[in-house]
Amino acid sequence: MALDEKAIQERVAAFLAGHDPAGDRLEFLRARFDAGLAWVHFPEGLGGLGAPRELQNVVERELVDTPQLTPGVQAIGLGMAAPTILTFGTDEQRKRFLRPLWTGEEIWCQLFSEPGAGSDLATLGTRAVRDGDEWVVDGQKVWTSGAHHSRWAILVARTDADVPKHRGLTYFVCDMHAPGVEVRPLRQITGEAEFNEVFLTGVRLGDDLRLGEIGDGWRVAQTTLMNERVAIGGAPVRRGGGMVGLVAENWRARPELRTHDLHQRLLRLWVEAEVTRLAGTRLREQLSAGQPGPEGSGMKLSFATLNQALSGLDLEMRGEEGLGYDDWSFRRSDSVDFFGRGTGYRYLRAKGNSIEGGTSEILRNIVAERVLGLPSEPRVDKDVPWKDLPR
Amino acid sequence: MTLLYTEVEEELRASVRDLLADRCRPDAVLKRVESGVPYDMDLWKTLSREIGVAGLLVPEEYGGAGASAREVAVVLEELGRAVAPVPFLTSAVLATKALIQAGEEELIQELASGETTAALAVSMAASPYRPLPETVTVTDGRVLNGEIRAVAGADVADVLLVPVGTTLYVVRAENVRVDVVPSLDLTRPIATVTFSDAPGDAIGAFDVRSVLNFGAGLLASEQLGVAEWCLSTTLSYIKERHQFARPVGSFQAIKHRMADLWLDVVRARAAARNAADLLAADSEPAASRDAEAVGNRELAAAVAKAWCSEVAVHVAEESVQLHGGIGMTWEHPLHLYLKRAKSTEIALGSPGAHRDALAVLADLPGPA
Repeated sequence: MALDEKAIQERVAAFLAGHDPAGDRLEFLRARFDAGLAWVHFPEGLGGLGAPRELQNVVERELVDTPQLTPGVQAIGLGMAAPTILTFGTDEQRKRFLRPLWTGEEIWCQLFSEPGAGSDLATLGTRAVRDGDEWVVDGQKVWTSGAHHSRWAILVARTDADVPKHRGLTYFVCDMHAPGVEVRPLRQITGEAEFNEVFLTGVRLGDDLRLGEIGDGWRVAQTTLMNERVAIGGAPVRRGGGMVGLVAENWRARPELRTHDLHQRLLRLWVEAEVTRLAGTRLREQLSAGQPGPEGSGMKLSFATLNQALSGLDLEMRGEEGLGYDDWSFRRSDSVDFFGRGTGYRYLRAKGNSIEGGTSEILRNIVAERVLGLPSEPRVDKDVPWKDLPR
Repeated sequence: MTLLYTEVEEELRASVRDLLADRCRPDAVLKRVESGVPYDMDLWKTLSREIGVAGLLVPEEYGGAGASAREVAVVLEELGRAVAPVPFLTSAVLATKALIQAGEEELIQELASGETTAALAVSMAASPYRPLPETVTVTDGRVLNGEIRAVAGADVADVLLVPVGTTLYVVRAENVRVDVVPSLDLTRPIATVTFSDAPGDAIGAFDVRSVLNFGAGLLASEQLGVAEWCLSTTLSYIKERHQFARPVGSFQAIKHRMADLWLDVVRARAAARNAADLLAADSEPAASRDAEAVGNRELAAAVAKAWCSEVAVHVAEESVQLHGGIGMTWEHPLHLYLKRAKSTEIALGSPGAHRDALAVLADLPGPA
């Protein structure tokens, strides 16, 4: 029997009758997971009810006044690791990882990009060499948000250098507490270190931490990346919310800052923000039954452009105040926050939006090739063994 | 509410599209334009009789389909995709909406069947947010004098609906002069309508803001159809056209532009659907007439018209460029779409006019 809105409401009511939201936060979240009210579209026993994805909104509405997750620090786990583990993990892996991932007891980060492999991720050089029941990992990863408080990482490494680059990759869960994992903060243009470099030296991972088949890492990573782009670009916002809301709020409160030129530009951006929001809503309606497709890449692309334009306008609008900056001191940030702190910070942080999770240029290629069916550029690297590629 | 298309809407789309594929191919439209009689009234009769498009907005008790703005929007998408020269927007949307608003009960039944065609006698360039220019006067409550320029659909209308102040008058076409002028939009030409002691009947109230905002919000769907045709036609072309021994669509400089256009169209579809969905509530009873509902509706229409206008023009312009030399020729139908796109950008409130309206609707006031 398919669950409907009423059935979900009844489940939530029954759950609340047995669990006090004012009690221990962690106990409450664990119980919520066990009741299948974490992500209702996941299977039973894994925090879900096998229900249509859109019914999650019902749960969130009913539980709005109860203990919540911390989405900033849990973003990578919830948005990227979880759907990948669900799709490619073994039963043991799903049982072991999903519950503490969801409750936030274990934080996740992403070991994908490398100094020599950004847009061309498939050319990455971190090696994983089989040694009995274990893999020995050596290499360097970069742009790793939250590595400094992560328990686990999703990792893509090269397990075969003798085949073309896309075919020699394998996907792992990396134990961030394992010997040989070294996390160093990487200072960004905002002054703080939200990201890290992660050095992996002789890190031993059991074969039970492999996700998917050997050599199938590229396909597994695609699932992660599609979900990442939806997570970055597709988050639901109310009309006039998000970055445009911050700008509009200040605009309303500070009539002395208004000029005709700023007004015209603000109205234009407000329209763009609204149509982008509506497209996200429409995309979520389409996705409610299935997995994110390449269309999600489009949402991430518009989100980046819009955030950059809005945060730039916000800073310009403030005139003299815009010449200052709240704090340049070098510190590690607690979570990824696109909207936090001052105007100057938001302006600088937004520059990353068109780079992280696939540059806007790569996303345009994805839209052009996978949505519009346009041919790819002639490739010189496709059929060459990875070890023979120029670098 | 949903921003997707319902099954019923998809069926309606399929029947309109099938008919247009048969009777209204772009090359046939181009030939018709060259003949000097752009409108295809036979096609219009078929659309009305077989699919009932003329009476979509008309309540069932007056012989219409009792459908809503959502279905109208789907028809507009298909008509835009074909730049179909039929008076749907002018008669079945604008004039019908004005009659419904005026509480008229007889003429509307003739319109519903498609036997009679009407046009709202306002300039296509009129904005919902400004009073109409007062170029027509009424004496003795029933004699009209003056002229209205840039009226679309007047040349094929049997009756003209003429707003004078806040009153709507009905004037039979045989009692006015309609001069079609050379028009940028070849498939929906404009005309000057002249009243010289023309007899007219007052039939009810007219509110320019609500009628034109409604029309503008739905015109966005026609613009979506125009943009979609341009995008898909250009896509096919650049996959086939070879230069430098490669399809031109394999060059990143072209692909990135196409990706951006696609994204603009994706957002246009969401905006147009949202406007149609909220405007659909406009034909519901009093429940949806509180100030907040009206504000939400007007805002959705303003956003859709502001965005879709610019997207249609941009996609059409890019399509000309990406077609290269052939895009500049008369024989390729692309120019019909560019001309429609640019004309509808101006129509029923320019993008700027709709954005200005958002200063109030979205509480973003301008400088003192």
